[in-house]
Amino acid sequence: MLLGVLLAALPFLVDAGLGRTWVRILDFTLLYMMLALGLNIVVGYAGLLDLGYIAFYAVGAYLYALLASPQFGLHLPFWLLLPLGALVAGLFGMLLGAPTLRLRGDYLAIVTLGFGEIVRIFMNNLNAPVNITNGPQGISLIDPISIAGVSLGQTHTFAGIEFSSAHSYYYLFLALTLLVMFVSMRLQDSRIGRAWAAIREDETAAEAMGINTRNVKLLAFAMGASFGGVSGGLFAGFQGFISPESFNLLESIMILCMIVLGGMGNIAGVLLGAFLLTVLPEALRSIGDFQRWYFNRIIVDPADLRMLLFGLALVLMMLFRPQGMIPSAQRRREFKHDDAPQEPAPLYDQQK
Amino acid sequence: MTSRSDGPILLETRGLSKQFGGLAALHAVSLNIHHGEIFGLIGPNGAGKTTLFNCLTGLYTPSAGEVRLDGQRLNGLKPHTVAKQGLARTFQNIRLFSHMSALENVMVGCHVRTKANVLGAIFRNRGTRDEEAAIRSKAHELLKLVGVDKHAHSLAKHLPYGDQRRLEIARALATEPKLLALDEPAAGMNPAERVALIALIQALRATGIAILLIEHDVKLVMGLCDRVAVLDYGEKIAEGAPEAVQRDPKVIEAYLGGSIGGAIGQPA
Ligand SMILES: Nc1ncnc2c1ncn2[C@@H]1O[C@H](COP(=O)(O)OP(=O)(O)OP(=O)(O)O)[C@@H](O)[C@H]1O
Ligand SMILES: [Mg+2]
Repeated sequence: MLLGVLLAALPFLVDAGLGRTWVRILDFTLLYMMLALGLNIVVGYAGLLDLGYIAFYAVGAYLYALLASPQFGLHLPFWLLLPLGALVAGLFGMLLGAPTLRLRGDYLAIVTLGFGEIVRIFMNNLNAPVNITNGPQGISLIDPISIAGVSLGQTHTFAGIEFSSAHSYYYLFLALTLLVMFVSMRLQDSRIGRAWAAIREDETAAEAMGINTRNVKLLAFAMGASFGGVSGGLFAGFQGFISPESFNLLESIMILCMIVLGGMGNIAGVLLGAFLLTVLPEALRSIGDFQRWYFNRIIVDPADLRMLLFGLALVLMMLFRPQGMIPSAQRRREFKHDDAPQEPAPLYDQQK
Repeated sequence: MTSRSDGPILLETRGLSKQFGGLAALHAVSLNIHHGEIFGLIGPNGAGKTTLFNCLTGLYTPSAGEVRLDGQRLNGLKPHTVAKQGLARTFQNIRLFSHMSALENVMVGCHVRTKANVLGAIFRNRGTRDEEAAIRSKAHELLKLVGVDKHAHSLAKHLPYGDQRRLEIARALATEPKLLALDEPAAGMNPAERVALIALIQALRATGIAILLIEHDVKLVMGLCDRVAVLDYGEKIAEGAPEAVQRDPKVIEAYLGGSIGGAIGQPA
């Protein structure tokens, strides 16, 4: 209840305290939370290391941009684009999943990484011979999201309270983040969730116990991707402009860092990770102002310092708390009592 | 002892072979296992017993030969389909889902006989809730049956060794098999646990499940099995009633002549 009031009042508090920019940062935090929850299904639940996850964000964003912008003169409504984005991204998830089914660990990571890059390169080059994506220029003038005739791109006044565009998007994103959280929770604690955990633990044993590992993995890829697709569409509408730039490998790695840092497989951990890795870098921007004020000049470029601190934080984290800040119950057990990760047992006994 | 070795055939292998490079781990092995039978598979280390299990359950693709369960061909089926057809197994090197609880391990075993999908998981409709409750209570029952219920909520990997072996049996039983294949289930068990295991296997057979048992403990095999087959260097060298097999000169030769030199009757 209290939390509800806080979440509802948050954009106003932030607006009053830190300014409009920070409300937008809050919006981005929610987008990243959805992304991180989606990747968590693939990596955290099913144990499939996916380094190309941003591709699904790209698919969702481009789908929205192409169908709701002057690019093709199409302006499909949001209520149609939202599920369509989830569906199409989900299909792309299976498309990625299908050829990687036999791969494990490092090999899977490499292939998914390649997939992410392929999608980005396609977006970059699909401007000739037929111009679809506008290439590196990206797509601009994307329709803002509009719900029941109310465009979130404009400022509205309800009951004497002024809602800026950033405020309105906040509520939409919040609602969808809560939905994605709910779905994640339900999935984790279900027959499907157990099957994911089983293939994460021991794929061969899971298969031998009657789990169709192919279907269950494809399902994980599709579910994770559909969350990515949804947030991609939201991103396109919110930002009004997208280009292939936004969907590079570093973004995939960033989202992976969010779930590793926060606690893989644990929803609260994943949310915390997304929050910290979105908000902290922004907060560290002010280091530049601080330097100007204190030394009268910029000594270290704040952007460099940000990456430095970020890298340092990750290294320290992996050294001292590899299970993440809020680990899932299962991860906690894994890191508590052991030692090195266990090799899966061989199928036959070596000769004694 | 009541012999169940004359009922209808449940599992049939014909000329089953498996080649690893130059090594014939299995060579033209033909077996018939009947409904309700306890069938023992023995042989020195490296004889190919586990390889046979892997070929039966789809983990290995046989180089030649055929496997049928209740008349259905199993060759070429994926392991999960084999489980669905009614052949479940345990592993010689325990392969539990070590960071899941004992109960969850068994619940995973129920996967193949249940059907809740993503929508069911999200909306938790009536059917899904009922199914979930049924899975849970069945898993508890199976844990009780194998005697691991006191550890239901412990992590699989924290269970004592003998309990881990029994948990593997419970997990396999959750798939509702017609034939349960046990790969050295008594390994690492103390005498009291072995006695309990024998009782368990007999109780399972009484419910109509046939059992294929790999075991080095010859006393256990002889006391429990209706029939026994002996593998040596991938070939079946003897088959029949336990007492007859035990006296078979070829079998004695295989065990005494083996590099291990251990007499028959000693667990490896
Ligand atoms: N995947 C594999 N690749 C290569 N060789 C294998 C493989 N699996 C089994 N073998 C070999 O096949 C032979 C039979 O092994 P298997 O594990 O079936 O023996 P076993 O009868 O189960 O022995 P034990 O009593 O020691 O468990 C051994 O020589 C083994 O090294
Ligand atoms: Mg073996």
